[in-house]
Amino acid sequence: MIILNLIENEVKQEFFKHGIPIPKGTIVTDSKQTVHAVSNLKPPYMVKAQVPVGGRGKAGGIIPAMSVHEAEEAATKLIGAQIKNLPVKQVLIEEKLSIKKELYLGITVDRFNRCYVALASAMGGVEIEEVAEKTPKTIIRTIVDSQLGIRSFHALSIAKQLGYSGSQLVELSTIIQKLYQAFVENDAEMVEINPLAETKTGSFVAADARMVIDDNALFRHPEYEAEEAQTLSSEETLALKNNLAYVKLEGDIGVVGNGAGLVMATLDLLNFFGGKPADFLDLGGGATIEAVKAALEIVLADSSTKAILVNVLGGITHCDEVARGIVEAAKEAKDAKVKKPLVVRLAGTNQEQGQRILADAGIRVLGSMEAAAKQAVEFAAGEKQ
Amino acid sequence: MGILIDAGTRAIVQGITGKQGSYHTKLMLDYGTKIVAGVGPGKGGTTVNGLSELPVFDTIRESAGAYSPDASIIFVPAAFAQDAVLEAIANKIKTIVVITEHLPIKDAINVMAYAAQSQVVVIGPNTPGIITPGECKLGIMPANIFTPGNVGLVSRSGTLTYEIAAGLRTHGLGESTCIGIGGDPVVGLNFIEALELFKNDAKTKAVVLIGEIGGDMEELTAQYFAKERYPKPVVAYVAGRFAPSGKRMGHAGAIITGKQGTAQSKIEAFLSAGVKVAEKPSDVATLLVKELLSQT
Repeated sequence: MIILNLIENEVKQEFFKHGIPIPKGTIVTDSKQTVHAVSNLKPPYMVKAQVPVGGRGKAGGIIPAMSVHEAEEAATKLIGAQIKNLPVKQVLIEEKLSIKKELYLGITVDRFNRCYVALASAMGGVEIEEVAEKTPKTIIRTIVDSQLGIRSFHALSIAKQLGYSGSQLVELSTIIQKLYQAFVENDAEMVEINPLAETKTGSFVAADARMVIDDNALFRHPEYEAEEAQTLSSEETLALKNNLAYVKLEGDIGVVGNGAGLVMATLDLLNFFGGKPADFLDLGGGATIEAVKAALEIVLADSSTKAILVNVLGGITHCDEVARGIVEAAKEAKDAKVKKPLVVRLAGTNQEQGQRILADAGIRVLGSMEAAAKQAVEFAAGEKQ
Repeated sequence: MGILIDAGTRAIVQGITGKQGSYHTKLMLDYGTKIVAGVGPGKGGTTVNGLSELPVFDTIRESAGAYSPDASIIFVPAAFAQDAVLEAIANKIKTIVVITEHLPIKDAINVMAYAAQSQVVVIGPNTPGIITPGECKLGIMPANIFTPGNVGLVSRSGTLTYEIAAGLRTHGLGESTCIGIGGDPVVGLNFIEALELFKNDAKTKAVVLIGEIGGDMEELTAQYFAKERYPKPVVAYVAGRFAPSGKRMGHAGAIITGKQGTAQSKIEAFLSAGVKVAEKPSDVATLLVKELLSQT
């Protein structure tokens, strides 16, 4: 359940394939390559850390450079550094554009209307959320009929509302249509050109670019699969392998449950009783013994957890399977001398068998999620053992 | 009574020969659901283990004449689910329940556009299904948790719904119909459409909405209440008060983006529209009892 954010250069290459103008640039993975890499580029440059996160500029991830020498310095500074907690493995060095005006173009999902929506604004360069908050009327929203897509007349109308006419109107509308094609072909959830630069010579260039791929569509896009694996921590990899949804949080109570809503409600309940969950871990439906065991391994091995809460309400998940997984994980933890109090709430399909298995292993089971949450909070606070 | 499905519903199962499909077909039949046929491409003429009386067809069209289905439940894997739903719509199946998880958003959007045009109801994807207790179950939910009653239950979640339904039962309440609308960003039937159906259902005396972080369905539903003066009491619960921003919490649709989609925003919207909001899952039943008493 990760968010598959492409890095700027990958998005720009997609744009290039679809005929959306991008600045002239090159990728550098080692600052020593800089001099050779920029030999075809005219200074001044922009040196941009390739990390898939918004707000790079403010975090120091984009450095202007007047000369080859400065570009090399900037590359040295950025490669290997962390921008917003993400390691910079490569920089994109581009010719600096002479910008007259910054626009915003984006396409995303309109969940409620069950369709895509194109967003455009003449106030580009800042986050669209900020524009939406401060001057919502300046955002041009165009609902996309999925059977039509974005046709020339839709795109022309958007470009017109952005204030353009003549050849610029046609050029901009073409970019809007191509952006939609790139979005759909990549199974994206979100694409953004921000800013889309109107240069001093009157043409349009995608100065910055973001795209989020729908990870449920990866079966149609094997090219992005490796990327997904790369961005995962070892816990996340273990979780993914066992079909678990895992999100690390800040607190000290390890949480395992079945069903996203139930686990979220469990986190809320812990918080309500004054506790702090260390994670969100959803077993999903019909979890196997192995999956339950892997889930408990993740939360038991997490050095920040002081107590573990398991909250399972079995529907298609069978309580006896869950109990067996818990018992196996508890045994291994004991052998590894991990001593963390375990609170279990187990109800639903096959609950009698499950509770018996746990009782035989000396693990106590509570009947309600509230009682269990309360006890986990007490254990984590060291009030009871 | 209840909404969308009842004792008279005649359902087919798409993807009946798969592990999930055959397992849940048995459970649905045990519950009394009228499953009239199964569909599995390339499996026409075969039978499902343990269900020798149930005919299996390659396409829905072949089942149309003799078996006249009006509902379908789909267990087809995500890569093929789009076509399965479109096939059901093309065959004018009125109520289509999509159990399939991980359907790409693009496919969901295509399907929903065609469903709207054809005026059929799609429930899901990524849903536990729908149950009218005592009459018909088209889903994977554990049947014994639900009791016939007069509360309409609509939820974006699965197990959390079971938790709340179990809570209703301990307070002597049951459900007219319970619908999981699905945990994906793009789903078919939404809260407002379900509320409209419950409004006109004589059996339903109150409605429970179980929302969660992500999107703006709860906020828009609150606007609907404010405008509509909804005639039946409504109690809501919203999961994810503690969820961090920018992370997907299990459901593809459960994500806070920037300041959008927080539980706080949804709770405030409900409260300002006069909807009672439960602090904990167990409070839903106690609030409902209070609301129902004040009605009489």
